[in-house]
Amino acid sequence: MNGVPYANGVADYYNLVNERDGGINGVKILFEECETGYATDKGVECYERLKGKGPTGAAFVNPLSTGITFALTEKTTTDKIPIITMGYGRADSKNGAVFAYNFPLLGTYWSAADIAIQHIAKEVGGFDKLKGKKISLLYHDSPYGKEPIPMLQLLAKKHGFEFAPIPVTHPGVEQKSQWLSIRQNRPDYVLVWGWGVMNGTAVKEAAAVAYPRDKMIGVWWSGAEPDVQPAGDQAVGYKALMLQHGAGKFPVHADIEKYVYAKGKGASEPGKIGEVLYNRGMVNAMLGVEAIRKAQEKFGKKPLTGEQVRWGLENLNLSEARLKELGFEGMLKPIKISCSDHEGARDGRVQQWDGKGWKVISDWYTANQSETEPLVEEVSAKYAADKKIQPRDCSKES
Amino acid sequence: MLYREAGQFKTTYAEDMAVFPIRQDRIALVILLGIAFVGVPLLADFDIWPFGTDYLLRAILLPFLILALAAIGVNILVGYCGQITLGSGAFMAIGAYSAYKLATGVHIPIAWFDFAISIPPLPVLPSILLGGLTTAVVGILFGIPSLRIKGLYLAVATLAAQFFFDWVFLRVAWFTNYAPSGSVNAPTLDFFGLNVGTPIERYLLCLIFVTVFAILAKNLVRGNLGRQWMAIRDMDIAAELIGIRPLYAKLTAFGVSSFIIGVAGALWAFVYLGSWEPLAFSIERSLQLLFMVIIGGLGSIMGSFIGAAFILILPIMLNLLPTQLGVPLSTETITHLEFIIFGSLICYLLIKEPHGFARLISIGKEKLRLWPFPY
Repeated sequence: MNGVPYANGVADYYNLVNERDGGINGVKILFEECETGYATDKGVECYERLKGKGPTGAAFVNPLSTGITFALTEKTTTDKIPIITMGYGRADSKNGAVFAYNFPLLGTYWSAADIAIQHIAKEVGGFDKLKGKKISLLYHDSPYGKEPIPMLQLLAKKHGFEFAPIPVTHPGVEQKSQWLSIRQNRPDYVLVWGWGVMNGTAVKEAAAVAYPRDKMIGVWWSGAEPDVQPAGDQAVGYKALMLQHGAGKFPVHADIEKYVYAKGKGASEPGKIGEVLYNRGMVNAMLGVEAIRKAQEKFGKKPLTGEQVRWGLENLNLSEARLKELGFEGMLKPIKISCSDHEGARDGRVQQWDGKGWKVISDWYTANQSETEPLVEEVSAKYAADKKIQPRDCSKES
Repeated sequence: MLYREAGQFKTTYAEDMAVFPIRQDRIALVILLGIAFVGVPLLADFDIWPFGTDYLLRAILLPFLILALAAIGVNILVGYCGQITLGSGAFMAIGAYSAYKLATGVHIPIAWFDFAISIPPLPVLPSILLGGLTTAVVGILFGIPSLRIKGLYLAVATLAAQFFFDWVFLRVAWFTNYAPSGSVNAPTLDFFGLNVGTPIERYLLCLIFVTVFAILAKNLVRGNLGRQWMAIRDMDIAAELIGIRPLYAKLTAFGVSSFIIGVAGALWAFVYLGSWEPLAFSIERSLQLLFMVIIGGLGSIMGSFIGAAFILILPIMLNLLPTQLGVPLSTETITHLEFIIFGSLICYLLIKEPHGFARLISIGKEKLRLWPFPY
């Protein structure tokens, strides 16, 4: 499944920091995995089990499920533990003034939707050509899959394309009727918001109804090796968004092989190092580690509480030079997080599967903030009103 | 010796009809309730292991209590009245969503008449109870087929309820107050001006619900209605011949059972999860509840608790054990092991004692009566 390579990437990076640097400024990283099986109640149980571990409690949590993120949002705020949801989770939690402890780093689904439409516009030859086009969204019927819908509806209204959301029930192996309707309507593009088995099935079903795979664009969770490999040659041409990074090896991978795998502490099969999800897990772990490092500058080189790590996250500023130092050059663009912007960066590219590997086929796109920002404001303000949260005044935060 | 009843004479009808006629049972129950109501909060308050962290209260006892309550509801229908249901997850969902709607205010515009039905947001407690009541009404509706069909056929009919409500709560945006992601947030838990926020308060709240409903259910199944249900379960034609109306008996069983399951669903959503999506009440929840009842013991209120403990807590323990013992296993291996051991335990238990834990305990009691001179 898709969670395993991701978790391996996370574990390997933590081990790297522990083995190579002896921890973060001498503080060893303790971490623990928990298999949630994508079930919200299991996720809540795992969170309660792990949050108190270590001398100061959890520094942050990575739930890797939008549903669990929703359930944990309130609990983590009470417990003062940051919840890092890199590339997933609530899109409106970008607004740090309301969601003090949610960090959807690197990109939200609304940014993803915007990037996807930008790419389609480029392929068809400009935003004005979008008028009258049909774009369908094939989505996993859960909070995760539904997140991009409001953004796409907004964009559809603005650019005049026809937007049709098509739900697929969990886990997503039953898609016959959905693809029959796609065959009837012949949309110009199909966006895929799937997870796990749903992605591979979507590619196979598309081949079965002869829908061109190069007109399908998956979100970054539908664009890894396990999503296309099961479909074999049928997947050639399938496109997916990238959460900045793609597959491939970078200087940091050499360190991982040297310090972790050479000592037999690696979590993954050596051949899988450098795959998309593995790299994403590594990036996720790196951002957390850097946030702790940042927080240690202010609070001292000792184990930190969740609240202190949140400060570190809100002041995280990774420059090009720092990324090079860390061995992530070329994998990520600089990222700067602030109190009001918990997303930090909203860049993405598009990659295409050629049967053996992912090839980057586009330039960088940056999600248009003027599109996403009003929606973020509106939805988070509603959340604040529902929950009686007084938004923080970010101009006064230091 | 421990369980000797000699000398416990019953001289009045009231004593004869008591819920727990044996003194040892009464003492055990009082001790248990004492531990649950006073002991656990005290231990948690003084941070005594293992209650020092919130984990035990929040992640084990809270879901245990709520699922035990749901299991009581399922047991009334499956264990006492013999109507197999696979839709209990859906009934939990109905309880959760209707309580949510009532707690956030209902607004139904009726366009043709230019008129709208509006109910202002209700406090949490009435919302939860009315959520249970709504579930009871829906449960009765879905119980109507039970008058014609039985056994596996009925199971399939209730399965339809499961899929239907999964679909409704996913598709009809009105139920989620048009939340863009389809995930809804529970309102703050205010009971009579008190905010139930800490794990201890939440635990006590659920404990009160569970105790009250368990006592009510225990009394109900001992009385006229319960006897009618059991007669229907044992042989419906014979029951009809002795003057029991199947319509009344079956529909009351559906109603009472759905009410309890609905309340449990509302508690699961409001108190435990806090924010949920229809996936929280999927078919897996239905099966889990059915397993609880079968493992715990069909037709036993106490069995519902034991079944809930077994199905809910054992996998967590199996998951924790290797880490606690310091055995280095990967998370994947632990998860697979958990499934293997748990599955084999269920198989073993059902072969050894098809009537579940409740039967094992009553055998234990019988043995204790004769102890130390078995014959």
